[in-house]
Formats: sequence, C-alpha cells, structure tokens
Amino acid sequence: MSVLIFADQFQGKIKKAAFEAVQYGAKVAQQAGTTATAIVLGEADNAELAALGNYGAQKVLQVADARLNEIDSSVGAKVIVAAAEAENAQVIILSHNFDGRAIAPRVAARLQAGLVTGAISLPDTANGFTVKKTVFSGKAFANVNITSARKVITVMPNTFPLEKTDATATVEAFQAPVSDADFKVKATSVETVSGEIPLTEAETIVSGGRGLKGPENWGLVEDLAKALGAATACSRPVADSGWRPHHEHVGQTGLTVRPNLYIAIGISGAIQHLAGVNGSKVIVVINKDPEAPFFKAADYGIVGDAFEVVPRLTEAVKKLQ
Amino acid sequence: MKILVCISKTPDTTAKIAFTDNNTKFSEAGVQFIINPYDEWYALVRALELKESLGATVHLVTVGGADTEPVIRKALALGGDEAFRINADSQDSYYIASQIAAHARQQGYDLVFTGKETIDYNGSAIGGMVAELLELPFVSIAAKFELNGTTATINREIEGGEEIVQVELPVVVSCQKGMAEARIPNMRGIMAARTKPLTVVEPVAVEPLTSIVSFELPPAKAGVKMISPDNVEELVKLLHEEAKVI
Ligand SMILES: Cc1cc2nc3c(=O)[nH]c(=O)nc-3n(C[C@H](O)[C@H](O)[C@H](O)COP(=O)(O)OP(=O)(O)OC[C@H]3O[C@@H](n4cnc5c(N)ncnc54)[C@H](O)[C@@H]3O)c2cc1C
Ligand SMILES: Nc1ncnc2c1ncn2[C@@H]1O[C@H](COP(=O)(O)O)[C@@H](O)[C@H]1O
Repeated sequence: MSVLIFADQFQGKIKKAAFEAVQYGAKVAQQAGTTATAIVLGEADNAELAALGNYGAQKVLQVADARLNEIDSSVGAKVIVAAAEAENAQVIILSHNFDGRAIAPRVAARLQAGLVTGAISLPDTANGFTVKKTVFSGKAFANVNITSARKVITVMPNTFPLEKTDATATVEAFQAPVSDADFKVKATSVETVSGEIPLTEAETIVSGGRGLKGPENWGLVEDLAKALGAATACSRPVADSGWRPHHEHVGQTGLTVRPNLYIAIGISGAIQHLAGVNGSKVIVVINKDPEAPFFKAADYGIVGDAFEVVPRLTEAVKKLQ
Repeated sequence: MKILVCISKTPDTTAKIAFTDNNTKFSEAGVQFIINPYDEWYALVRALELKESLGATVHLVTVGGADTEPVIRKALALGGDEAFRINADSQDSYYIASQIAAHARQQGYDLVFTGKETIDYNGSAIGGMVAELLELPFVSIAAKFELNGTTATINREIEGGEEIVQVELPVVVSCQKGMAEARIPNMRGIMAARTKPLTVVEPVAVEPLTSIVSFELPPAKAGVKMISPDNVEELVKLLHEEAKVI
C-alpha cells in the first residue's frame, strides 16, 4: 500500500499547488504508516523533481514524455491509474487546480474510487475516512466519508502552508502505457499572462470594484499590488464592463481564491462576490460607504475615498520595506 | 447533431445557508431554487447557439426527484428541445455521473455539456466522470467553444493563462464564463416549454462511493477592526505585526 500524488508541472516547473498536494499526501501516508510517491507527467528538470522530496515524497516517478507536457485528461488519468496499480496506491491525491479538476474525476471513475474534491482537512480515520471540503461556495463545509476501498482527493490550493525540509526523493523513470492514438485533445497554443502571479496561487491579492469608476483608475490598484508583490483581481461587473480581463473576475461565477491577504477596494461585498473570497485568511475592505456589506466579512476596514486612501496606503507599504 | 446539457438544481446564490437534522441536511425552508448558473448561462446557452447556427437537437438531463421539474421546465423554456429526468436522489458524484452516462450511452450524443461545478456541492467532478465512463475526451472549464465540421476548438483555463485545444467530436466539455451570454426566457418559450417532452427515466443500479456525514458553518469572524482613513500607517502596522500577512 502507498499514497500516490500527482505533482503538476507547467513548462518544466512544479506548481506551488503541486507541492501543497505532495505535502498533504505525505501526511496522509504518515497517518497510514506507508510511503508517499509523487508522479510527474512531462519534461521537468531533475532539481525540480528532487525538490518534491522537500515536501515529503520518498519517491518520484517521472514520465519524461514530451507529449505529456500539456494535459489531456484522458491520457493523464490513464498514466496515473497505471502508476497507482504499479505502486499499489490506495489513496491518490491531486491538487484542486485546473489540471487536477480535469483528471481526478476520471481517475476516480476508472478505479471506482470515492472522490472528495477541494479538501481542506486531512482525512479523519477515527471512524471511516472523512475529509472536510467547502460547499455552498465557501459558505459552509461538509464532512464527506469515502466508503470505497480506494480513495481520490483533490486538495484546495493555498490551504496548507508549505513546510520545506531538507529531505530529498529518489527519482525513477516510469514507463507510461500510452500510444499516439490515446491523445485526443491536442493543445494548439498556450497563452500565459506573462509576468503576473496566477490568482489562484497568489498569497496577496488587491481587488477593485465598480467604486473605482473606470479602467483608467486601475493604476491605483496596480501600484498597491506592486508594492505588496500581490496579484490583482476584480468584481464581476468590472470584468463584464471590460475594464479588466475576465480571468481576474473572482466570486461565485468567477475564480475562487484563498490568499493570506485580500484587499477589496470599492467593492460592495455582494454575497456572490464573497463566495469567491471568503476563504481568504485576512480581508481588508476600503469603501466610502460605512454600510457596505463587505465590512461584515472583513478583518480590517477603512471607511474612506479609495482615491485618497489607496495612494497613501501604497506609500505606507513601501516605507515598511 | 445531438447535444446533451446536464442541468442541476441549486439554491439561489443569495440563499441563506442553514442545516437541520443535527447538521446532516440542508435546510430548504424559504430557499428559492434555480438552475445552477454555470449550467444555464454557459452550458445551455452555448448549446442553444449551436442549435441556432448549425441546427442541432438539444436534450436536457437532470438526476433528481419531481421537485427538479420547475428547473427543467425553465431550461426547456430557454430553448431545450426535450428533457429527461432520471428519477433518483442525487447521492454522490459517481452515482449521478453513472446515471448520466447510462442515459447518454443509450441516446448517443455528439456533444455533452456540463457546468464547471454546482454552486452547492462544488464538486467539479461530474463532467470528467461522465467522460471517463463513456470513454470520451473531456475538456474542463472551457471559456470558449467553436465548432468546424466535427472538430471543436476550445479555450480552457489553466493556472495563469489559457490553453487552446482541438478535439474531434464526440466530447464532454465543462463550461464556465465566456462560453455565452446569459439569456432570459421569453413568453413564447415559456408557453412552448409546457408541451415539450419531459421523460421520467428510472435510475440504473449503482452504489455511491461517498456520503456526507455532516455539515458545518464557518466560525463567525471576530468582527472588523476599523481604522481611520487618516492613519493608513496603522493598517500597515497591524497587517505586519498582528495579522502577519505582509
Ligand atoms: C447569479 C449571480 C452570480 C454573480 N457572481 C458574481 C461573481 O462571481 N463575482 C462578483 O463580484 N459579483 C457577482 N455577481 C454580482 C454581485 O451580485 C454584485 O452585483 C457585484 O459583486 C457588485 O460589484 P461591485 O461591488 O464592484 O459594485 P457595486 O455593488 O456597485 O459596489 C461598488 C462599491 O464601491 C463603493 N465606492 C464607490 N465609490 C467609492 C470610492 N470613491 N471609494 C471607495 N469606495 C467607493 C460603493 O460604496 C460600493 O460599495 C453575481 C450576481 C448574480 C445574480
Ligand atoms: N443531479 C444532477 N443532474 C444532472 N446534472 C448534474 C447534476 N449534478 C451536477 N450535474 C452537472 O455536473 C456539473 C458539475 O457538477 P459537480 O461535479 O457536482 O460540481 C453541473 O454543473 C451540472 O452540469
């Protein structure tokens, strides 16, 4: 028996969310008195692979096949299932990131393994195998018992802080049972928003709403974000009006983010917006209306005009550093 | 071309979340139910656009009790041609996906659309499972879908960017924002929906693999600390020293 973790890479770099999944998987393995093996699909350099050991993987399986650099969920699932069989893995862990959400359900259905997506706790094995996940878009949690022998879990990103150790992993090549005919989904282009931090991985986010009046005022948000090393986000009407790109929209119908710090500027705090950000550890709200609902969900608040407060805040942040 | 859109019923986005029966059941008292926004705004509307431009037939499927019928009727009013309700409580993702896959196997679809996730269970699981059970390719969290003959070009979100992929039909796609613009049903649609076929299908025998033991509400926030707009240095200090997030 063992625990198998899918460690997701992008252009040769292991994603932060993948380290989090490995660390989670290593803890599950420890609980069960077994070992944790990570699997990496596609080409990645050796230092990256060995670094998985820093987060608890004893062994890393690598499928250094260029065809796997981009993910086709069906091929990804096939390889992971083959590795699970080879390693006799009872528990399979992935990140609840984009690739994890594409592959995990396939792995689960293929193995007839119960699946919990977006786990925010380690399994409680006192009475079954119960994992806590967010439901109702962050407004509640459910404790879900996996009743099948095999189990698949996706781990909510930015939930388990990384604890790096000096341990290293042994890296082995894994022969994937795939042929060209298995590749049905072909990536024709990959566009990255260059230089920016992916919102779902960001530890600090500065977000703007309709209170900023127009796209010409976004320098305010960007300057503060830059001073903090933060990513930028926005409310839905802001993206819908084309003031900001769609991929910055957070909330019920946009991205769910869980940063350490979320600073909301000129956002009223509608329940659909909160649904995407209520997992943030600390929320700061800057709004000129003392009655704005967002203050109820905030840890720190400033009632004031964003156009006056935010530049001052940016200066104060710069001074700290 | 035959398209299947998977429709689920969820509490309205503003519904109060509370639980009964010792925190084992969602309290439906006073809750309005809607079509899951991703299913309605993106999956269904994109399917309807394809129907209008290419002449497809759009089927709807939901796994649920009779209480899901108003939601299915609304989806018909928006323009779906025919609906199937698989008469079972939606137990877990694997159970629901198995029901949808059994239906799809029997009907044969060129395209299966689901939403990105349900806003109540937040599973993001059904689409991938249906694809695996049907042995079809799956493209998750798609923001754009174009069809040229039998080749689909799909934009899918990835961390910090977007990937454009090509795949031959049949395919299963989970849909998010960007796929289409939300529509509202018109009077003609609502009238027509009354007479459109809604077939009740009995479920196939499948064992669920997970069960919800209990629900919890998040702990209440300690309360917001207000800071004077003239003293932003205080906020920076608190974030640095107290909250330790900067
Ligand atoms: C089904 C559904 C799904 C939805 N999904 C989402 C979602 O995913 N994400 C999302 O964000 N919304 C979503 N919405 C929309 C949501 O209900 C709100 O309409 C939206 O979040 C409001 O955006 P806002 O706060 O930017 O704008 P507003 O509500 O207009 O608020 C602007 C705020 O700025 C403040 N303000 C104005 N001027 C200043 C100033 N000079 N300085 C400081 N503050 C100022 C105002 O006091 C106000 O509080 C959804 C709605 C529905 C029905
Ligand atoms: N009971 C159901 N009946 C039909 N389709 C469903 C049901 N539950 C979920 N779906 C579909 O699967 C998608 C993802 O759901 P989930 O995996 O539960 O987050 C939804 O957006 C729907 O399109």
